Amino acid sequence: MKSDKLPDEGGHYGQFGGKYVIETLMPALEQLERVYEEAKNDPQFHKDLQYYLQHYVGRPTALYHAQRLTEHLGGAKIYLKREDLTHTGAHKINNTIGSALLALRMGKKRVIAETGAGQHGVATATAASLFGLECDVFMGEDDMRRQALNVFRMRLLGANVIPVTAGTRTLKDATSEAIRNWITTVESTHYIIGSVVGPHPYPMIVRDFQKVIGEESTEQIMEMEGRLPNACVACVGGGSNSMGLFHPFIDKKDVRLIGVEAAGLGVDTDKHGASLTKGSPGVLHGMMSYLLHDEDGQVTEAHSISAGLDYPGVGCEHSHLKETGRAQYVSITDDEAMEGFKLLAKLEGIIPALESSHAIAHVMKMAPTMKKDEIILVCLSGRGDKDVNQVADRLGVTL
Amino acid sequence: MSRIEERFKKLNGNKALVAFFTAGDPDMSASEEIFSVIEENGADIIEIGVPFSDPLADGPVIQAASHRSLQNGTTLKKIIELVVAIRSQSQLPIVLMSSFNPVFVYGLQAFVDDAVKAGVDGVILPDLPPEEAKEFLGYANAKGLDMIFLLAPTSTPERIELIDQVSKGFIYYVSLTGTTGTKTELSKNLQEKVSAIKNKVKLPVLVGFGISGPEQAKEAAECSDGVIIGSAIVKLIETYPDPKERKQKIADFISGIKNSLCKSS
Repeated sequence: MKSDKLPDEGGHYGQFGGKYVIETLMPALEQLERVYEEAKNDPQFHKDLQYYLQHYVGRPTALYHAQRLTEHLGGAKIYLKREDLTHTGAHKINNTIGSALLALRMGKKRVIAETGAGQHGVATATAASLFGLECDVFMGEDDMRRQALNVFRMRLLGANVIPVTAGTRTLKDATSEAIRNWITTVESTHYIIGSVVGPHPYPMIVRDFQKVIGEESTEQIMEMEGRLPNACVACVGGGSNSMGLFHPFIDKKDVRLIGVEAAGLGVDTDKHGASLTKGSPGVLHGMMSYLLHDEDGQVTEAHSISAGLDYPGVGCEHSHLKETGRAQYVSITDDEAMEGFKLLAKLEGIIPALESSHAIAHVMKMAPTMKKDEIILVCLSGRGDKDVNQVADRLGVTL
Repeated sequence: MSRIEERFKKLNGNKALVAFFTAGDPDMSASEEIFSVIEENGADIIEIGVPFSDPLADGPVIQAASHRSLQNGTTLKKIIELVVAIRSQSQLPIVLMSSFNPVFVYGLQAFVDDAVKAGVDGVILPDLPPEEAKEFLGYANAKGLDMIFLLAPTSTPERIELIDQVSKGFIYYVSLTGTTGTKTELSKNLQEKVSAIKNKVKLPVLVGFGISGPEQAKEAAECSDGVIIGSAIVKLIETYPDPKERKQKIADFISGIKNSLCKSS
C-alpha cells in the first residue's frame, strides 16, 4: 500500500492506529472524519488555510544552508528547515490553524488542547484568539513550572491554562485530562490534539496539516540543489514535525528518514522517552502504537530534558514506519541535546528548542560519517527562547 | 445460557442492580470481603474493576482507587486469582471492567481462556469499541465470555444497531456525557434516550455513570432494566478504612439501593 493511501478506512497503519475510545466519543470522531473529508474536497477551505499560513503564520519558512555547522562537522551538507521562524516560534501552529478552521466548520465555539512544552498550547491559544474561539489548555503542573513563560503567553492570548496534578504531571497526564474533558464537553467542543497521536482521524489530520513542512522542503531543496536530500532528520516526541517532514518523502526510497527520540539519562536507564527504541506495542490515548509500559500493561513514566519529548507514547504512523523499516529511529540523551543546543547557537546564531536540539545532536554524529556531496535536511521544529531559563539553570548560570 | 443471561431471566422483569468496585483497593483480601458484602445485600451482578495507570473514562474517585490499587501491586493476573477464590464460594455473575491495554499486554486469547477458567462471566472494555474488537470477540464468543458494550447519549441510531449486534449479556448505557462519578442529578433526557434505545435492542439496557443514591437509582431504573453503581461504592471504600465500618457502610448503601429498586419494579 502506498504511504499516501494510509491509514485504511478504520484509521489503521498496519497493526497501529485505530480508534480505542469510549463510545461517548465515537460519534464525534465520525463527525470529525466527515467534516475533514468535506473540507479536504472544498477549494475554499484550502484557500482559507493557505491565506492564514502565508499571511499570518509566515509560510513558506526558509530552508537554510547551515554553512558553518557543515564546515565544523566536516561531512554532509546540512540544511535547516526553519519552522522556528513561524509565528509563535514552532511548527505546532501549522496544525492549530487548520484545526481551528475545522472547529469553525463544525460550529464548535470552544477548543481544548493539551500541551507539554507549551508550544502547542500557545499555538492553539493563538488560533483561538485569531478566530474568536474559547480556549482551555491542559498542562501538567511540572511542565507549567518548567515552561512558565509559555503559560504566561497563553494567558495573554486569552486562554485558560488548567493545571493537571494527576500522575506524572507532564504531557501524558495533560493529554488524559484533555480527553476526559472532551468526553464531558464533546457536543460543544473541538479537541485540537498537538501531535500525530490519538484516535483516528487525529493522526491523519495532524499529519496532513504538518506535511506542508516536507512539501515546502522538497520544492526548496530541488531549487537549491536540484536533487532530494540523502537523509531527513527530525526529533520525535509524539512525532508531528517529523511526520510532517517525512511524509512527502516516504515514497522516495533513496531518502533516508531518521527520527530522533529522547534518550533522557540514557535508554538503558528508566529515565527516557524513547518509545520506539525501547517500548512495545500498546494502547494509550485512543490508539495502538509503541508505548513505554510494564509487563502488566501499566504505562511508565517518560523523562526528557525537553517537555515536548517527555511522552511515553508516539504517533502510530511512526510505529508503522519503524515496523516496515522505512524510517530509522535513534535516540539522543539530555547531555547530547545540550551540546546540540549550544553548538547551533554558537555557529549559526540560532537558538533551537531543546526538542529540535535532539535532531541537531544526531546530525553532529552522522554528518561527519557522510560524504561532502551528501545532503542532510533537518527540521528545526522550534526556537529555543522558551528553554533559555532551563538551560541557564543547567549550566549553573543565575539570570 | 450464560450466568448473566440466567440472572436476567430469574429477575423476571425486576430491576437489576450491578455494583462495581476496584480490585486491590485497599488490598486483595479486602476485595474478597467487599464482594461478599455486596452480594449478601442484594447485588445481581458484580463488576470488578482492573486498575490502569491512565483510566481515561474515569472521574477522580475511580482514578484515585486505581492509583491506590496499583501502589499495592495489583495486576490483572492477581485479579484473575481473586476471581478463582471468589468463585469457590459464589455463583453470582462476575464481570471484569478494564482499560484495554492491560488485557492486550496479557494476550487476548490467554486472557479470555484464563478469565473463563476462573469463572468470569463477562467483560467491559470501555476503550475497545466494536470497530477494534473483532479479534477479541472471536475468542470471547468461542468461550462464551459475554462482551458488554457501551452506548452513550451521543450514540447515533447506526451505532445503536451495531452495538446491539455485538453486545452480549446486557448493554451498558452511559447516562451522561462525561466520565464516571456521582452527580447530583440525572441527565434530563435520560428517559427519552433509554426508551429510544430499548425500542431498538434485544438485550437488557442498564444505566450507569453518575448514579449516587437510592433516589437516582429508582429514577434511572424506571425507564431501564437496572442500574450500575460504581463511584459511590468506591468512595465508601476510600472513606472508611476500618474493615468493620466499611462493611457496614457498604451493606447499608447496597441494601438501600436494592430497596429503592424493588419499589420501582
